Amino acid sequence: MINSRDILETINMIDNENLDVRTITMGISLLDCIDEDIDKACTKVYDKICRYAEDLVKTGEDISKDYGIPIIHKRIAVTPIAMLAAACPAKSPVKFALTLDEAAKKVGVNFVGGYSALVHKGFAGGDYALIESIPEALSITERVCSSVNIGSTKAGINMDAVAKMGHVIRKSAELTADRDCIGAAKLVVFCNAPEDNPFMAGAFHGPGEPDCVINVGVSGPGVVRAALAKAGDCNITEVADIVKKTAFKITRAGMLVAKEASKRLSVPFGIVDLSLAPTPAIGDSVAYILEEMGLEQCGAHGTTACLALLNDAVKKGGVMASSHVGGLSGAFIPVTEDAGMIEAARSKALTLTKLEAMTAVCSVGLDMIAIPGDTPADVISGIIADEAAIGMVNSKTTAVRLIPAIGKEAGEELSFGGLLGSGPIMDVNPKSPSRFISRGGRIPAPMQSLKN
Amino acid sequence: MNAVITVLGKDNVGILAKVSNECSLVGANIVEVTQSVLQGMFAMIMFVDITECTVPFSELVDKLTEKGDEMGVKIHVMHEDIFNAMHKI
Repeated sequence: MINSRDILETINMIDNENLDVRTITMGISLLDCIDEDIDKACTKVYDKICRYAEDLVKTGEDISKDYGIPIIHKRIAVTPIAMLAAACPAKSPVKFALTLDEAAKKVGVNFVGGYSALVHKGFAGGDYALIESIPEALSITERVCSSVNIGSTKAGINMDAVAKMGHVIRKSAELTADRDCIGAAKLVVFCNAPEDNPFMAGAFHGPGEPDCVINVGVSGPGVVRAALAKAGDCNITEVADIVKKTAFKITRAGMLVAKEASKRLSVPFGIVDLSLAPTPAIGDSVAYILEEMGLEQCGAHGTTACLALLNDAVKKGGVMASSHVGGLSGAFIPVTEDAGMIEAARSKALTLTKLEAMTAVCSVGLDMIAIPGDTPADVISGIIADEAAIGMVNSKTTAVRLIPAIGKEAGEELSFGGLLGSGPIMDVNPKSPSRFISRGGRIPAPMQSLKN
Repeated sequence: MNAVITVLGKDNVGILAKVSNECSLVGANIVEVTQSVLQGMFAMIMFVDITECTVPFSELVDKLTEKGDEMGVKIHVMHEDIFNAMHKI
């Protein structure tokens, strides 16, 4: 029989500590929808998504009710659209974005990811046109998310793509300036992008994935913080153990949901992404975990060490709880989506340079950071290049999701509402990397890539 | 198949009776109950076998949640697998 204390612990986690399964993401391959006639391709895309994901939202809601655990998002990731756009070079790929948006609305998911291109070694047919079209696509759609992979440990960093993405991010913000520049919040630039990531905005269904798959992203920073608070003044080894045990429990809940969703939808289970994904809700913050470990405020010296411990312990706890682990798997540090990070950025305890250091040891990168509206494109490209270099050398995923706040300056605020949150505009080093960025070419793959 | 019903909140007359009555109306068989009142706070954990339940599980969840709201207590009805998954290896 189940122990009463365990039952009450689970209920307390759900009621008071924001335990939830963050997302069930259905990955759908669109490779069989490729057609040289863009209208035919779009019809196939729409039909396939609606057919496969017809019951996704309802199934997610049913599972949530049966197990009493909230499942926040039901989402879809598709094959990078650049691969479909390659077959119809004369047409603007924006039509695909509109189709994805319509399909997302039809099946009731709040985001569909995959308006993407993989250009880490260079541009293939369709890639450049897709990247060019991203700002327009994100401004005229509501639920479409976009990502571009510009580097990898194996391939190095495509500096032509880095230079281009500086402009694309700026333009995405400019075209949505009347909506707090939200276009840029739906665009991620990756190095070492995972093909099975269930989290937005960077989810896409990689070419190596099966026809259809269910990936689940877990969450629960509030639960980890509460467990540490209960433990009091223990030493740091014990802190790591508490995080591991808690991550195990959180991930097991995610694994159960993943198995059940896979069974009910008759779609193979892919992976569980072991992530601590914060929300702007008070008590659901990764920054608060770091502060619980003993920092006066997130961003203080010691933050990187605490985050390294947290990220590692989350993985160690989670990996045994799931039969397949993948995606990003680690602690996220999106500034505008984390109450503690927002406070730390407002008080200037947390700066962009500290965040860059933190990304070397956490799961993703510079995420949801508002920067001054007059930041030049080549400075944004410089930030992307730095971040990609950290990912490339450390054989890890890094990403950049910056929001140039058009018409605003450092110290003012942007507010997206909902899970994307709000936050202060952070200072950026104004010195120009222009000559470096304009050189173009490719940064060679590092020694770490030669593992064979 | 077992479900776990937990009731937490301010003690009142007839909480256990009302919850048990709801269960019997839909054919959910009570297997085990532990209940205590500490400093006026009522806490009950009830295991029910829902194999013979005459309504879909989600309906049972709704009925009992509603009943809890009427009585001013928080009622959770959850499939036992969630607890097994989180607390057993």
